[in-house]
Amino acid sequence: MKPVLKIPSDSLGEGEHAMRETIQFKLNGKPIKLTVDSDRMLLWILRTDLGLIGTKFSCGEGFCGACTVLVNNEAVRSCQTPVKSVKDKDVLTIEGLAKDGVLHPLQQAFIKHDAMQCGFCTSGMILTAYGLLLKNPRPTFKEIIDGMEDNLCRCGSHTRVIQAIQTAAQGIKEGVKR
Amino acid sequence: MDEMGPPSSLSRREFMKMVGGGIVIFVTYGEELAFQEPARVQGGRPSLPTDFNAFLKIGEDGRVTCFTGKIEQGQGAITAVPQMLAEELEVPLSSVDIILGDTDLCPYDMGTFGSQTIRSFGPALRAAAAEAREVLKELAAEKLQVSVDRLEAKDGTIYDKTRPQSRVTYAELARGQKIDRHLVQKPALKPPAELKVMGKSQMRRDALDKVTGKARYAGDMRLPGMLYGKILRPPAHGAKLKDLDTSAADKVSGARVVQDGDLIAVLHELPDEAARAMGLIKTQYDLPDVNVDDKSIFDYLLKNPAQGRTVAQGGNLEEGARLAQVSFDETYFNSYVAHATMETHTALAHVQGDKATVWASSQTPFGLKDEVAAAIGIPSQNVHVISPFVGGGFGGKSRNTQAVQAARLSKIAGKPVQVAWSRPDEFFYDTFRPAAVLKIKSGISSSGQIVFWDYEVFYAGERSSQQFYNIPHHRTVVRGEWGGGRGGGGTSAHPFSVGAWRAPASNSNVFARESQIDIMAAKAGIDPVEFRMKNLNNARMQRILKAAADAFGWKPAKAPSGRGFGAACADYLGTYLATMAEVAVDKATGKVQVKRVVCAQDMGIAVNPEGAKLQIEGCIMMGLGYCLTEEVRFKGREVKDLNFDTYQIPRFSWLPKIESVLLDSPEVPIAGGGEPPIVNMGAVIANAIYDAVGARLYQLPMTPERVKAALK
Repeated sequence: MKPVLKIPSDSLGEGEHAMRETIQFKLNGKPIKLTVDSDRMLLWILRTDLGLIGTKFSCGEGFCGACTVLVNNEAVRSCQTPVKSVKDKDVLTIEGLAKDGVLHPLQQAFIKHDAMQCGFCTSGMILTAYGLLLKNPRPTFKEIIDGMEDNLCRCGSHTRVIQAIQTAAQGIKEGVKR
Repeated sequence: MDEMGPPSSLSRREFMKMVGGGIVIFVTYGEELAFQEPARVQGGRPSLPTDFNAFLKIGEDGRVTCFTGKIEQGQGAITAVPQMLAEELEVPLSSVDIILGDTDLCPYDMGTFGSQTIRSFGPALRAAAAEAREVLKELAAEKLQVSVDRLEAKDGTIYDKTRPQSRVTYAELARGQKIDRHLVQKPALKPPAELKVMGKSQMRRDALDKVTGKARYAGDMRLPGMLYGKILRPPAHGAKLKDLDTSAADKVSGARVVQDGDLIAVLHELPDEAARAMGLIKTQYDLPDVNVDDKSIFDYLLKNPAQGRTVAQGGNLEEGARLAQVSFDETYFNSYVAHATMETHTALAHVQGDKATVWASSQTPFGLKDEVAAAIGIPSQNVHVISPFVGGGFGGKSRNTQAVQAARLSKIAGKPVQVAWSRPDEFFYDTFRPAAVLKIKSGISSSGQIVFWDYEVFYAGERSSQQFYNIPHHRTVVRGEWGGGRGGGGTSAHPFSVGAWRAPASNSNVFARESQIDIMAAKAGIDPVEFRMKNLNNARMQRILKAAADAFGWKPAKAPSGRGFGAACADYLGTYLATMAEVAVDKATGKVQVKRVVCAQDMGIAVNPEGAKLQIEGCIMMGLGYCLTEEVRFKGREVKDLNFDTYQIPRFSWLPKIESVLLDSPEVPIAGGGEPPIVNMGAVIANAIYDAVGARLYQLPMTPERVKAALK
């Protein structure tokens, strides 16, 4: 059967597309202004419109945590976060953690403890841990487990991720240079 | 072996031009490639000369480049391969670069699976490196005007042993050279006692990129003008499309619906808009009439089982049965299990006329060439596959359906197209670990010696079906396989596609075997580890069992002892391992908490001990899934588990305390570590549960419901 390519005659018209609006927010410390369909999820704005590919798509329904970013210091699942909800807020992605080439203590700790294998869950793990440590700078082992429980990893790097978070917490406490 | 004929000189010359000046060594490894993977699609020849499988280049800048068709999926090839190269070539590890999975630059490779990178590719690469070292010595002998036997190689330099100031660097020797040497005879590799780089832990090379978000996977590649494709997924495999209404999808600004035979997709410049438009398509399907579900599957599989083949036998089973004081007849079951990699199948294809470039999340970049070429009717050598990091494979990314989809769409659209499966697509189109039934009849003497062993495995496959105990009368029969390669009736028996899942066949076979061993030990009133020891005449296995027991603190006691201790051991493709675990069982809920696991492993030599430990930890955690929760629910050919809300994989709260013990056996061939530690998990947990509460589980996964039922 011959392939059929159907291009709608009214590609710029109305119909099934939502409101475009201009959204302002801060992204990794820098102000940004975008004109987009504001119902679109933040994950895709980051990955496609802005080319920040460090935040990953994995389950698309908020179950796995791979898409975690911070919005006003709260860890959120960007695949479930409409971009309009980050208006005038501070968004932090994996790309924004290192400052002037110096890795964040969490990043250093993840390297030191080999806390990744395929690496696909790693951005989400680090951002979730970042949010956890902001709220609770000295978490117990159980508090780390509870805080990370909804971040999935198929390769089984859990042992090292916990070690890394413990090391990072210690480092931040001791004022390790960012 | 005999000398290889000269390769096509044109392609060799082109290749040399492509990699630039310097010294290039090619090496072939032959029969070790015989491996039980599904036959690849027959297609065009690889674009590189096919008479070699490994090569390396010493550049005029002194940097050494290893080209390998292997890919990095988290298992650590990117770190271990340079170690093997640096060892034999005598260069600093930091001077080695590695290019992975680029089909235009790297030699043909059948795929990254089966712990082959260490086992098969490793020796070939080391041979190439050893040969390179000899070439360099010959060049140095000329340059320094001394005989070769006075020369030594160290740290990227050749020097005269008698006058060390007389020396020359690899960079200097490579300058202006265009040497390519084809290895005819295997040079001697360094003996284990001399290893300096291998056998030492190294930090992984990809860590910095992976913690900064710089690591690129297939879904992160961008080309100007590219489109994103979302594929229409039927409600069940084999469903027939009766009606298709794309009117609402057509109205989505920028969306293009494509129909090419069985492939229906939406293309858009934005992936989420493609998905949104796909969601607006209305369909009607006729579902296939297949009367089976996740409960009736075992009867279904046994009704017309595949032809059996005997893969091992000895003595006489009837004689054995006569000798037995106590006989056992048990049946074990496991359900379909999904790969559930964190990165879904993803590919970006750019088809231009009769050429195509594909970036893909794949374990088989060379097989992918053939698959894409066949699908869009271009020569296989015109397909260039580039392998970014792979976000998990475990055998599920050996088939490249998503790359074929992307290529077909790119050809139709005249633009690059990325296809990234949604999570429901990923569960639906997965090649599951096959559901299996395993039957074991066995018997022991009055002193606890196993006298007969009659083993029959349906559909799991052959690997690890053979036992290694000291049993005089035994037979192992295998019916059906997980891949298309061996014996008929494997894959077609199932309602879904099945395929390789980390340590294919072995998880099921070891679960059954090591459970049966424990059942016999318990009946004989003998401690499970002691029972194994007395029924083994394999010193290497006894040693690894003892190592695990010592590390675990195993004190002998017959089961059930109430402690919740379990043991299991295996030989997986040359790696010997023994695993012990402690569990706690909540009798009220049936919930099992695995408190600690000790895994003792002997791989010959661990090339990167740190990497081996990571794989042990990873395998143990991943294995808990198929032990306790993972099974694919289905009705007919409709997959009911489509995301992580219902298909539970291990979480942080499951994490046991894990201890890894690595032992060396320098006299055996070096074996891999990406798979072995997962194979013991089913049995070790089942045995631990029995020891805790006296309940024997015969079916995986051992869900709370099944544990409670067994407690009754």
